[in-house]
Amino acid sequence: MAAPSVVVIGAGQAGSDTAAALRSQGFGGRITLVGAEGVPPYQRPPLSKQFLAGARSVADLALRPASFHTERDIEFVGRDPAVRLDRNGNRVTLASGRTLGYQHLVLAVGARARRLPVPGARLDGVLTLRTLTDAGRLRDRMRDTGRLLVIGGGFVGLEVAATARAAGLAVTVVEFGPRLLARAVSGAMSAHLLAEHRAHGVRVLLSREVTALHGDGAGRVCEAELDGGERIAADLVVVGIGALPDVGLAAEAGLAVGDGILVDGHLRTSDPAVYAIGDCARFPSPHTGRPLRLESVQNASDQARCVAAALCGTPRPYAALPWFWTEQYGLRLQIAGIGTGHDRVVTLGDPGAGRFSLLCFRGNRLLATESVNRPADHMITRRLMGAGAPLPTPREAAAPGFGFKAFQEAAAV
Amino acid sequence: MAKITYRHPNGTETVVDVPVPNTVMRGAKINNIDGIEAQCGGSAQCGTCHVYIDEANALPLPAMHESEDDVLYGTAAPRRATSRLSCQLPVSEEIDGLVVHLPETQS
Repeated sequence: MAAPSVVVIGAGQAGSDTAAALRSQGFGGRITLVGAEGVPPYQRPPLSKQFLAGARSVADLALRPASFHTERDIEFVGRDPAVRLDRNGNRVTLASGRTLGYQHLVLAVGARARRLPVPGARLDGVLTLRTLTDAGRLRDRMRDTGRLLVIGGGFVGLEVAATARAAGLAVTVVEFGPRLLARAVSGAMSAHLLAEHRAHGVRVLLSREVTALHGDGAGRVCEAELDGGERIAADLVVVGIGALPDVGLAAEAGLAVGDGILVDGHLRTSDPAVYAIGDCARFPSPHTGRPLRLESVQNASDQARCVAAALCGTPRPYAALPWFWTEQYGLRLQIAGIGTGHDRVVTLGDPGAGRFSLLCFRGNRLLATESVNRPADHMITRRLMGAGAPLPTPREAAAPGFGFKAFQEAAAV
Repeated sequence: MAKITYRHPNGTETVVDVPVPNTVMRGAKINNIDGIEAQCGGSAQCGTCHVYIDEANALPLPAMHESEDDVLYGTAAPRRATSRLSCQLPVSEEIDGLVVHLPETQS
């Protein structure tokens, strides 16, 4: 009998970590890692920060050293995306025409940047940021640009705005919703970030929509038109309005998809030989009691290890605690848990001094801790939530002198 | 260049020469050493590059910054007096011969 084989489609954080975790957990069969891009797996978070600022090179971004795949006997196939999945024949066809047989398939195909659905969105100088190629292009363009327009006040948009502002560009952010990072943080944290961006000289417009982009006659963007008719001059536009999970391959193969490839608590798709993880997967979360799709390093990495464990014969349901971070102007925001649906917030520390945490509760239950330059609050929340240990109630957290360090010590976790 | 020993929880060890400049975390990453995750890429945020400095070590390591100390409150493996974040330990000739112990788990 042939050695068991795993094919991993997608060579981002989730796919690369799956291949690595399979080997470190003792998997002895064949592993093939298939990527659409021509470069080995790289870190994505620095693309909008240090890489964009020119402080880190392509070589610094590599997730693993060049020797990794040969040393671990992993076949890495670059620049050859999967185009067809034949589940009856247990075969994947790549763009080159090559076919790969598998016993287990892991879809780590990620998500692609949403395009702006307005006239002019295809003009030269209108960019999205998702890949290393995107980031390189944006970095080059930022060098000869004075006025940047960022469409979308999410993580990518705000990080690009902060990096560009630090590089001296005039920056405007237009957000369709009434507040920044609305899907990820509390209203109070949105307000803090808004004040921070404005204090650094970024013009932020909320509840406003870009209805068209106009070119300069040579096909290059020069102006944006907003609802209400206002026009904003810009020679570079970054569209950061979210990402769409890459469900095409899965849907064509008849797998269940929604906003993402649907998986069970063990990250299996509707076909038990096929798993889906990372940005493309919608999974049931024990932390929220409803299906989630998360775009984060933590989620990609933890799901990779979970799938690897299953393929190595030690399956366990996926239960890792979600956490996120962003850095803007040296402000380090870390989020532990999912705060959606919170109904009260307790503040620790001093927002005015730029060091504080917002504890988001629903009733007596702590859903998430949002920390600005207070890493201990973040780390202890992660540890306690991850261990299922008792958490502070709003009354305890609001008591004078409350601190997470003392709380953790008393809990002896 | 400095020789650094990464001792695994099962007692085996990997000894590598790490070029300067680097951190003890990067030294593990560029040499394919399992047991250091460094999910945040080395910015002292995630606590997944936790190591224990060998007790016999008498090499001049930099003092711990407050944020490193804070992050060490939440490591997956127990914090000890010898705990450090390896991303906050720059490699230099002065720490040639450093021995670090990798924890059982990082996340």
